[in-house]
Amino acid sequence: MQKDTSTTAPSTTSGRIRHRKRSNEVIPEVSKANGTQLLVNDKSKYKSMLIRAYSSIWMIGGFILVIYMGHLYITAMVVVIQIFMAKELFNLLRKSHEDRQLPGFRLLNWHFFFTAMLFVYGRILSPRLVNTVTSDMVLYRLVSSLIKYHTVICYSLYISGFMWFILTLKKKMYKYQFGQYAWTHMILIVVFGQSSFTVASIFEGIFWFLLPATLIVINDIAAYFFGFFFGRTPLIKLSPKKTWEGFIGASVTTIISAFVLADIMGHSKWLTCPRKDLSTGWLHCDPGPLFKPESYSLPGWISHWFPWKEISVLPVQWHALCLGLFASIIAPFGGFFASGFKRAFKIKDFGDSIPGHGGITDRMDCQMVMAVFAYIYHQSFVVPQSLSVEMILDQILINLTFDEQEALYWRLGEILQQGIQRKS
Amino acid sequence: MWIRAYSSLWMLASVSLIIYMGHLYIWAMVVIIQIFMASELFNLLRRANQDKRLPKIKLLNWHFFFTAMLYVYGRILSQHLVNTVISDKFFFRLVSILIKYQMAICYFLYIAGFVWFILSLKKRYYKYQFGQYAWTHMILIVVFTQSAFTVANIFEGIFWFIFPASLIAMNDVAAYFFGFFFGKTPLIKLSPKKTWEGFIGASVATMIAAFTFANFLGRFQWLTCPRKDLSTGWLQCDPDPIFQPESIPLPALISHWLSWKEIAVLPVQWHALCMGLFASIIAPFGGFFASGFKRAFKIKDFGDSIPGHGGFTDRMDCQMVMAVFVYIYHQSFVAAQDYSVEMFLNQIMRNLHSEEQLVLYKKLGQILQERHFIQS
Repeated sequence: MQKDTSTTAPSTTSGRIRHRKRSNEVIPEVSKANGTQLLVNDKSKYKSMLIRAYSSIWMIGGFILVIYMGHLYITAMVVVIQIFMAKELFNLLRKSHEDRQLPGFRLLNWHFFFTAMLFVYGRILSPRLVNTVTSDMVLYRLVSSLIKYHTVICYSLYISGFMWFILTLKKKMYKYQFGQYAWTHMILIVVFGQSSFTVASIFEGIFWFLLPATLIVINDIAAYFFGFFFGRTPLIKLSPKKTWEGFIGASVTTIISAFVLADIMGHSKWLTCPRKDLSTGWLHCDPGPLFKPESYSLPGWISHWFPWKEISVLPVQWHALCLGLFASIIAPFGGFFASGFKRAFKIKDFGDSIPGHGGITDRMDCQMVMAVFAYIYHQSFVVPQSLSVEMILDQILINLTFDEQEALYWRLGEILQQGIQRKS
Repeated sequence: MWIRAYSSLWMLASVSLIIYMGHLYIWAMVVIIQIFMASELFNLLRRANQDKRLPKIKLLNWHFFFTAMLYVYGRILSQHLVNTVISDKFFFRLVSILIKYQMAICYFLYIAGFVWFILSLKKRYYKYQFGQYAWTHMILIVVFTQSAFTVANIFEGIFWFIFPASLIAMNDVAAYFFGFFFGKTPLIKLSPKKTWEGFIGASVATMIAAFTFANFLGRFQWLTCPRKDLSTGWLQCDPDPIFQPESIPLPALISHWLSWKEIAVLPVQWHALCMGLFASIIAPFGGFFASGFKRAFKIKDFGDSIPGHGGFTDRMDCQMVMAVFVYIYHQSFVAAQDYSVEMFLNQIMRNLHSEEQLVLYKKLGQILQERHFIQS
């Protein structure tokens, strides 16, 4: 399989690949000898399942703890995951002997990473930051001016990175350096695109982060088990272990569990309330019409069988069905993309941080597609028109001084009173 | 040199004509330039023998191009579109719905392209196809980011499009002539034809030209008024305070020599100095980037549409960096002065229903009360 690699790949890289293959590739060699790579025929599948199950339980446990602790900690977790993903991906296509001749290059990557982080999180969290310091005058002024010039600051950082890149171009390394530059941009866009949407979803209410993430996990696990027990027909050439039985079984399971989980999660205020500032305490809020139960009377034949005459459904459960549909049908394409990518560049896994699963990017590939969808779905179909009130209010708090805000308040009050008087 | 001069004159003439015709036509010109640039760049790293077995790659590229165009121009021009159809009830509803779901529509188009890409992956061409996919994304980002900012600049007032573009052109021309007559010391290994004499001479010339040209351009209402909708007629507006002349008394030694006691300076001329500084010092790095890129991939020019100059991308490389800078500069240092109580009151009255206005009023009241409570 390594005969038709490009001539530019030096021996050190393929040595690294061979080494990684040695550590992870021991088990599936047996199944290849059988002529098929389906999980059903894999003789040592039980051993690999136990390793995967063990690390999965640890991940889920850690995840639940962070959810309990709150929005800010979840954001911190997302940022940490991001740093690890970027690190894995930066290292991936680097060629070590060329890198030794370009000493400042890694630093340049992290410079762009830091700029992207400042830009993305500055935009998302600035209204929340303003709301946190809204009572203290000094901090408020400082924060407002930082936010005002936020775009300029990030742009200047980017342009200095751009100029630094051009000034470090070395005569015979042009192609490698341009390739690394493009690769850096693609990584940062992929990693920060989805993480910015994830963080934005978190502050809209942990529900909008937890439900999609859980659906992807359920889909993954259900596909694994359905494939384990029933898998016969291969699904797609890119991922030879996936089967149609696993896919369809997981889809049905995901959609049903979406409906049920939305009901369970929707009753918790901790999960459904949006967070308007950067505090960490308990949240109180009006749940909003989406999370208030509505009663539906069941059709006659069901109420004959079961003693229930009507069921209460939260309107959000219908949205959850759409999320479940996307998670089972389209999100797996994120996984296929990652598989195709690994196959194209002949790597086994993105990293080896998680035993049995590969690197962090291997776990996050479907999550990334889902996070973007969940945010866009939320913005387009869930959020009511009061968004514009929030936007204008945020703008007012960011851009006007305290005195101007008070002046605005009094004048608005006068105008509204005149309007009321005119009507009555 | 004569071929270059000849085609330069043609380009200059046609750009002037389009500027005369107005914002909408300038936008159309930007879109056309974009299509040509994207075409050049898409073709650049394609390898003919591999493309024959992957017939749909070109179509996929244009699908992503169309999605990007819909997304970018939808965001920038949505408010303008709304203002255009605000009188017709049916169109207003249609346009409002389209704008509300614009992001979702563009996302679905993108996901369709993504799924299409994955389903079209062919066994031995994975690396080539992924490379093309990444290349497509990079092209679209480069082309559309700068053109998005260019179009946003245009609708803020043609001045903010034509002034930076002419600064870049002046810098180019001045560098060429200074290098032609005085060039001795090479500037950077990437572009062996550029010299320090050309660079410095062009910088000085650009700064002076920026200061005076801004004065000249700032007097035309056609160029300084922002366009709030998509109409094409004449514009009337109150000129922005930065385009109103202020008199600055000259220091004594100059007024001894010349007979002027004070000169009228438009405040925008100070901003013009900053833009001139950027255009002469930093924007050329866009040209260096393009040169390095061509050297890395061993190509002479990006295309050959323009005789003597190469392709569109060769002309636009510095312009792209400048357009982004001008937009960000404008948003941060020029437009930001507009925020006032009046502006927000207008926004509230215009954009919110009466119930929403009450909600805003109550929320603002709560925040102010909390603040007073904590401070007292």
